Amino acid sequence: MTESTYRIQGATGDWEVVIGLEVHAQITSNAKLFSGASTEFGAEPNTQVSLVDAAMPGMLPVPNQECVRQAVRTGLALNAEIHKYSRFDRKNYFYADLPQGYQISQLYHPIVGEGVIEVALDEKDPDSEVRQIGVERIHIEQDAGKLMHDQHPTMSYVDLNRSGVALMEIVSRPDMRSPVEAGAYVKKLRSILRYVGSCDGNMEQGSMRADVNVSVRKPGEEFGTRTETKNVNSVRFVQQVIEIEANRQVDVLEAGGEIVQETRLYDPDRNETRSMRSKEDAHDYRYFPDPDLLPLELTDDFIADCKASLPELPDAKRKRYESELGLTAYNAAVLTAEAETARAFEVLLKETAAKQGKADTEVATQVANWSLSIAPGVQKALEVTADHENNTPAANAAILAMVSGGSVSGGQAKEIYEIVLKTGRDAEEIADTEGLKQTSDTGAIEAEIEKILETNADKVEQYKAGKDKLFGFFVGQTMKAMKGKANPQIVNELLRKKLD
Amino acid sequence: MSVDSKTVKKIASLARIHMDDAEVEALVPELNNILGWVEQLGEVDVSGVEPMTAVIPNTLRMRDDIVDADPLTAGGVRDKVLANAPVAEHGFFGVPKVIE
Repeated sequence: MTESTYRIQGATGDWEVVIGLEVHAQITSNAKLFSGASTEFGAEPNTQVSLVDAAMPGMLPVPNQECVRQAVRTGLALNAEIHKYSRFDRKNYFYADLPQGYQISQLYHPIVGEGVIEVALDEKDPDSEVRQIGVERIHIEQDAGKLMHDQHPTMSYVDLNRSGVALMEIVSRPDMRSPVEAGAYVKKLRSILRYVGSCDGNMEQGSMRADVNVSVRKPGEEFGTRTETKNVNSVRFVQQVIEIEANRQVDVLEAGGEIVQETRLYDPDRNETRSMRSKEDAHDYRYFPDPDLLPLELTDDFIADCKASLPELPDAKRKRYESELGLTAYNAAVLTAEAETARAFEVLLKETAAKQGKADTEVATQVANWSLSIAPGVQKALEVTADHENNTPAANAAILAMVSGGSVSGGQAKEIYEIVLKTGRDAEEIADTEGLKQTSDTGAIEAEIEKILETNADKVEQYKAGKDKLFGFFVGQTMKAMKGKANPQIVNELLRKKLD
Repeated sequence: MSVDSKTVKKIASLARIHMDDAEVEALVPELNNILGWVEQLGEVDVSGVEPMTAVIPNTLRMRDDIVDADPLTAGGVRDKVLANAPVAEHGFFGVPKVIE
């Protein structure tokens, strides 16, 4: 079964699932959307709350220009239409985490219009299917505070540190048809946001959360009634919500029931969704333009500056790695999936090329293989992460240069790297003092070969008579005599010359 | 457009304002009177006229992304923020338990 035909098998036949996602991404900024209070995560409760965020009477919101800039840059990264005229509206509801009694959002005139995200169903498989998922809009809004229910037997505690932090709500079209597709969309969106630097994409800390809209229909029929499951905070949970909710809806429909358009809540412990009855009036937000805020008008210069500040984005980078650097499609896809991986790769690439006096293209494959499989393997064995202080580009480049020059074998490179990570010592010094070098001294190797051929004259005869397999024996004997430190390429060459 | 007592009750409930039946009945004609005036404004043909957002032409001012630049809109004022709270414990507001 391919993903394009993901179906729920019901008693009355197959059902198709239709998914739309509203992703709330916290905009990376120092200060909040409408106040000067800090956005730093993890501070003592209510210490990052200004009188604006606490909705004290008479306080007026003044938008943070950086938040506007990041929303525009995000829109541009999704090839979306930027609205030079947008404005803020009040979304009215009462909840203990919302001191204003309304959220400042943008309903009628969002800052960003239609865009598109190209999603590969498996980003690490270059041959996997690619979909265009439509983005309907992006708007800017305030985050609410945080409620804690387990600290007191009869009360909930309210921390307003998050109140007023800027969010982008990125609303997709109902273009997704399977949990895998929705998961790939969230991952790709997160990757783009991290490249752009407009959101750190940290789902554990709640910097990115999704409202998951799900409906089911018989293939080819009209859209069914949808439900919205709120605040889902991981890719895995998004996929689970879709599965459970789609199956629940099929069960309801096949039992002759109807789907109610409602807000639901996901309970990861029980792996179920349930109705949030308290939000019955939730769609009665009585939006109206916020009289405290004038329309937000963007100049062409501002938008042009935003555009000029965008980095190379993952799709473009992936294509360039293949076409210019000659990397395999797989390596290019894996290296570009996360901004940090690509950044580290490019730093090491520059360093390596400079160290070896070669062009980027000549060392790109060596650096890619080292970065993607060899180095991570050693790091994993030592239980350190790539950001370890001894894992410097200079040290890595020094090791790669020795491998290229033939003075160090692949195995020795790993051993040297291990010592570098553990001690921070100089890679070249380690190779010298720890004897982690192979010799390319043809004279020394040749002398050993002479001896081996003499003592094994019988085997030389057999080899010459056609017993090809014995070649390996001679290689082994030579390596042994050289205590494993001979450059195998040179050993091979010399043996061929003597024997053939 | 006009409202009936049912709509008024709903709006009051959404705004968390308690009203007894007599108050609601009194408010229905008042609100309808206001809505009537608004409808009268609608009689003016404004096609092709840009909506006016302010009497004096003005543009939205924005702030720089600097933490606590202006003490009036800065954080770090927990005591002030919690000063009027009916219940404040351990630096939090305490509210009746709200849980889904």
